[in-house]
Amino acid sequence: MRDYKPILLLEDDTVDAMTVKRALRDLKVTNPLVRVANGEEALVYLRDETKTKPCVILLDLNMPKMNGIEFLKIAKADDKLRRIPAIVLTTSKDDQDRFATFQLSIAGFIVKPVDYIKFVEAMKIVNLYWTLSELPNTEQENTDAKLTTDTACR
Amino acid sequence: MSLLKPILLVEDDVVDAATSKQALQDIRVKNPVIHKMDGEEALEYLRDPNNDRPAFILLDLNMPRLNGIELLQIMKADAELQHIPVVALTVSKYEQDKLDTFNFGVAGYVIKAVDYDAFLRSMDIIIQYWAWNGLVEKEKETDNARL
Repeated sequence: MRDYKPILLLEDDTVDAMTVKRALRDLKVTNPLVRVANGEEALVYLRDETKTKPCVILLDLNMPKMNGIEFLKIAKADDKLRRIPAIVLTTSKDDQDRFATFQLSIAGFIVKPVDYIKFVEAMKIVNLYWTLSELPNTEQENTDAKLTTDTACR
Repeated sequence: MSLLKPILLVEDDVVDAATSKQALQDIRVKNPVIHKMDGEEALEYLRDPNNDRPAFILLDLNMPRLNGIELLQIMKADAELQHIPVVALTVSKYEQDKLDTFNFGVAGYVIKAVDYDAFLRSMDIIIQYWAWNGLVEKEKETDNARL
């Protein structure tokens, strides 16, 4: 990824979370991976001022307590959180899920390949894209945003 | 006739638009490319029910009449258009532009490379990413030596 900040992963399945972690390690992605098990835990993390805001959010859709879509509805209505790109990473091929999440301004909807090699390929492109793409300064308040040099998020 | 949705390129500079179209052709993108000169033309296209909704939008930011950020803001407030992913393709390195576009739900912010080979590589990454999203298709790579 473009900056050093953590990647926040919302995934209730421990095995799936480990697969993401392994793929990122195999791709030599150095950003720390912070894993939470559902949307509720993600909001607690994101609203904790002592925690570094993630550069991107990778999220599963089907999770207990607060699922991916419910989480997106809240995060995308929050001035401090809505600028963080959120990428859906799911086994769901449901067009309804795809449409509903794109309506909520997600920055990607990747259907997880079952095969590990293919999954690494997908994650490789996700990493390349979010290294190529600039990222917003996630620590800055909207109100005092000014024209600054872009070193803050590198 | 193609069943693939078009890629909408919104760019006021004719040379830059030609370069983008050339790059998309060089990386063998199967989707048709539609070019509009500014935000207003793009909005007209998007709101015409006879037109196909684009797979995604490549959006320049500095344009006359309706600029990129204004178009993005209008699209994201329109229930018919807000689901279309928008990727900013710009020379602007201003923090404020990054902040504004991401606040309005941009799905990527790519600085235009001056060198054509570097530009081609960034376009290829953009296309591969949206191909994984199931929105674009590339022709099978046979003799694509440039990449």
